[in-house]
Amino acid sequence: MATVQATDTKTPLELADHVVDLVRSRTADAEVEVTVRQGTEALTRFATGFIHQNVASEVNHVLIRVALDGRNAATSIDGPADDDGLGRAIDNALEAARVRPADPDWPGLAAPVPAADVDHFDEATAAATPDERARRVRSFVDAAGGLETAGFCSTTTVQLAFANSAGQRLTGRGTAAEIDGIARTPTADGSSRRVSVALGDLDGRAVGERAAGKARTASDPTDLAPGRYEVVLEPDCVANILSFLLVYGFNGKAVEEGRSFARVGDTQFDRSITLRDDVTDPGTLGIPFDVEGTPKRPLDLVRDGVTTGLLHTRRTAKAAGVESTGHSVEGGAAWGALGANLILGAGDRSTDKLVAGVERGVLVTDFWYTRILDPRTQVVTGLTRNGVWLIEDGRIVRPVTNMRFTQSFVDALGPDAVRGISSERALVLAGWDSIYLVPSLHLGSWNFTGGAQG
Amino acid sequence: MEDIATQAVEAAVAAGATYADARVMEIRTESMSARNGIVEALDREERAGVGVRALIGSSWGFFAVPDIGSTAARRAGEQATAVARASTLVAGADLRLAPETATTGHWESECLEDPWTVGLAEKGDLLEGVTRTMREHGADLAEAGHRIWDTRKWFVSSEGTAVDQHIIECGAALSATAVGENETQRRSYPGIRGQYGTRGWELVRELDLPNNAARIAEEARALLTADPCPSLDATDLILGSEQMALQIHESVGHATELDRILGWEAAFAGTSWLELPKLGSLRFGSELMNITADATLPGSLGSFGYDDEGTPAHPVDIVKDGIWVGALSGRDSAALAGIERSGGAVRADGFDRIPMVRMTNVGLLPGSDSLESMIAATDDGIFMDTNRSWSIDDKRLNFQFGCEMGWEIKGGKRGRLLKNPTYTAISPRFWGSLDMLGGPDEWTFWGTPNCGKGQPQQIGHTGHPAVPARFRGIRVGVRG
Repeated sequence: MATVQATDTKTPLELADHVVDLVRSRTADAEVEVTVRQGTEALTRFATGFIHQNVASEVNHVLIRVALDGRNAATSIDGPADDDGLGRAIDNALEAARVRPADPDWPGLAAPVPAADVDHFDEATAAATPDERARRVRSFVDAAGGLETAGFCSTTTVQLAFANSAGQRLTGRGTAAEIDGIARTPTADGSSRRVSVALGDLDGRAVGERAAGKARTASDPTDLAPGRYEVVLEPDCVANILSFLLVYGFNGKAVEEGRSFARVGDTQFDRSITLRDDVTDPGTLGIPFDVEGTPKRPLDLVRDGVTTGLLHTRRTAKAAGVESTGHSVEGGAAWGALGANLILGAGDRSTDKLVAGVERGVLVTDFWYTRILDPRTQVVTGLTRNGVWLIEDGRIVRPVTNMRFTQSFVDALGPDAVRGISSERALVLAGWDSIYLVPSLHLGSWNFTGGAQG
Repeated sequence: MEDIATQAVEAAVAAGATYADARVMEIRTESMSARNGIVEALDREERAGVGVRALIGSSWGFFAVPDIGSTAARRAGEQATAVARASTLVAGADLRLAPETATTGHWESECLEDPWTVGLAEKGDLLEGVTRTMREHGADLAEAGHRIWDTRKWFVSSEGTAVDQHIIECGAALSATAVGENETQRRSYPGIRGQYGTRGWELVRELDLPNNAARIAEEARALLTADPCPSLDATDLILGSEQMALQIHESVGHATELDRILGWEAAFAGTSWLELPKLGSLRFGSELMNITADATLPGSLGSFGYDDEGTPAHPVDIVKDGIWVGALSGRDSAALAGIERSGGAVRADGFDRIPMVRMTNVGLLPGSDSLESMIAATDDGIFMDTNRSWSIDDKRLNFQFGCEMGWEIKGGKRGRLLKNPTYTAISPRFWGSLDMLGGPDEWTFWGTPNCGKGQPQQIGHTGHPAVPARFRGIRVGVRG
């Protein structure tokens, strides 16, 4: 048995190494991989003009996966990572592994390979105080000019380490800061948000002014008859579309199971669409390896409209006869390959120019409550939110009430369906493992199936 | 552990909080999933720590540490107050807490068969066996899984409440997916997410997964060749109790959360079409509609002894004879809304999350009909069951829901199988068209283990007692 050592003085990598040693000291031939995640999460939330929830928590998470001749089990600890707790968790995992039959699809452990030199980290953000977040909220609220407001300002710090018994050892760190809010008139909401690696980049006043401006121009909306319209979708809508393409499409497991639309080598998108996964891009966030210790490399998923790549975990890669792309997430075995830094290629004009190119269509700020009806066809239903306007002959003519749509997302981006892509892009954070750098899109057809009032 | 929580509260108050409470929590979980005859994942989790809530003026501060030692607990208390103090930079009117008598006590859920005593080999054999059966009966993708949550928590407040609870939750699910030329069809049992309750392994045994696996797989395969649900502007719609649980959760449960009604969730989860001045007079649905929020129901997934503010569980009327009469509330929201007592509906999904208004067991009281009598009484309509998709607007007014399967009803008889059934409506119009309700024999306590809300997002466990029901003049068959 390994010597008991206080773990609160260890670095994340030292702790990961220590857990590998603890497992091997019990069962010398066990395969083991360990991910240690430490850091802080803090979020200052406001509504009806005041901070009503203000939270912070420290994180100390240890994920352990063991395999005995292909019989594998995982366990995790959130809490004191002393040797008593670790030992109990390890014994638990080993006991679980021993009673299972060998898994014929067990892919084994990642070999020692270095990760890309990525450091999306800001020291000041890691040390941010509740006062710094509250001051940005103050600026947002003041900038709304008396409109009711709601939203949040958050900071996240992650220190990650991975070690396995095959000798792979990796460390990474990251920060993220976000301010996201709405301003409200009696008849409309307007939203705005900003994400960055650094809290210092977030200007609460600018974000608040934009939200208030949207709310005012979206006020007193009138109904628009359901039907097919051209649309200009702002970046949050585009990120939402990509999240469905990712989970149900480019995910190697969905392809393996026949549930995906994706066919590598086929022209499935408009030729203006180029989509890649790239944690090394300076405009994004994240850590350059996954929970299996596989480094992430820049990967084209769609190039000039042609599907060129898929995301894999070690398990789905083995089934497909390829290498993992580093997209395994904790607890994601049932889902497959997730956890991406998707970057959609920018276009050549401003969002205003996209609007100018619309004959008759709709400008949409946000989507809401999107749910898939069939993963194979990517038909999704959802609603608009936080600002919708009718465009005629290239000009915004009036705000309209929220509408429900039922639309195939892959068809919406299909060949000859994309009429324009904005040059400016926004970073959208949908969880630490799901990050999008996306422009606005002008699409030729979108199926609105009902108004908000039925 | 009560002592650790007490120290955290004392530290928060000493640092300047006008009120503070703390939860020490120890959580063990287990989940196993199998696919196509093989256990694909076995994950176990242990979480332990202290979360402290401190109030200064208008704002809560919350701080959590993944540690259950005295030093860490006191630090969490001090930090919670410091966070609350920062909130005063953007202050509102002082928050009051609805009065609640200080209490002490212990509560635990009933568990007839401790799920930790059931061997992993037996659990694995069950899941592998049912997925093999589904494959043999036409499933291209056969999946099954079980989950166990074992939660111990100790709550202490600066008002003198000190309660502890031990809650075991358990359940299982299976699903079969059939892949066609350009579509997939899925059938699930017993519901889209399975079935869960505050019960032991006896719940999993009662589900009888082995004797339902073949049927589910055959139904998924049959859906590939079924006719699509017709697109109709208005028809009579009968919903099975599993879909009714989703209907209640989305269109009644969330709509009656008081934090949403007060605007506290406006930027994310949304608000509600319900306005407080209309509480007690607004017609939500037909006179058959009676909804309660009752955390005292034995075995349901939203049951507990005390909520995470220490308020003892008690039933609350939400809709009575079709009139909106109550809301899901906590001590702060109730006081702000002028409601006399907290509804005891505040919970957090772990020590590291702030408690917020969550559904308990929000359910429909049974009527006097039955699924069979509804079908017999319907000349021209559609019966749908088992949720497949769900989408509803930020006011909880406009919804579109899809089910895994449907059947045409003609002349009082169940006819051809229909695939991709969907329906859409505006909530009060929909509930206003309710004209038949299943009886007590069909009353099922459905468990929803994945209700997302809040920022940072929390996953809540909610219960939804439901029966089959009939609605008149509903739009069905919306397509992309």
